[in-house]
Amino acid sequence: MPKMYSKPSRPERVNENLVPKDETIKFLLDYSKALSVIDYQNLKFEALLN
Amino acid sequence: MNQSKTTDAVLVSSYLKGEESSLSILITRHKQRIYSFIYSKVFDRDVAEDVFQDTFIKVINSLKRGKYNEEGKFLPWVMRIAHNLVIDHFRKNNRMPKFENNSDFNIFSVLSDNSLNAEKGMIKEQVESDVRRLIEELPEDQKEVLMMRIYKDMSFKEISEQTGVSINTALGRMRYALINLRKVIDKHNIVLTN
Repeated sequence: MPKMYSKPSRPERVNENLVPKDETIKFLLDYSKALSVIDYQNLKFEALLN
Repeated sequence: MNQSKTTDAVLVSSYLKGEESSLSILITRHKQRIYSFIYSKVFDRDVAEDVFQDTFIKVINSLKRGKYNEEGKFLPWVMRIAHNLVIDHFRKNNRMPKFENNSDFNIFSVLSDNSLNAEKGMIKEQVESDVRRLIEELPEDQKEVLMMRIYKDMSFKEISEQTGVSINTALGRMRYALINLRKVIDKHNIVLTN
């Protein structure tokens, strides 16, 4: 019996309809709202407001 | 804002002016392509979720810091960030490789855990304490030789020197100690197996 050196193919094919979780999207939108970048004399400060 | 007609460039510029809802439209518009791209590389929902999140954190940081200057090329820019983060993920994993089990081979079939589980550990303790109690029942001279040989790991030469008897006597006492132990075990039907 010859040895098989090939890798088995992935059991699941990539589903084209994959989307991230709603929590991830919400987190990103909240992060964006909370983040403000303050310009001060050519310096940029990041502030995360809760 | 009419979501379907507004271009990415317009949305980006309105986001830069403080319109947070533009980001929501951009994410909603491109989330499927970006997430599928990441998943097609990492093949793990949780990792894909993490990389997707990190990608947009970078996007948000860059936009808010005014570092984005690729007008009209929003999606390719985000895809490039995602691609770089996927590479970072694999670099990190190469430093600490993970083994992935599949249907053909399971690593746990060749790796065994030799340590005793809780039940076997308790049985072992019980067996050992039973043996100690049985040894206590032996005549003093046999018990002495057996303790020296088994628990102190002494040679018969050392035992004979310490007890002041010949090696043959020490051997004889050991032999009788074992015979007597077996007799007691048989007589009382004591089970001493793990």
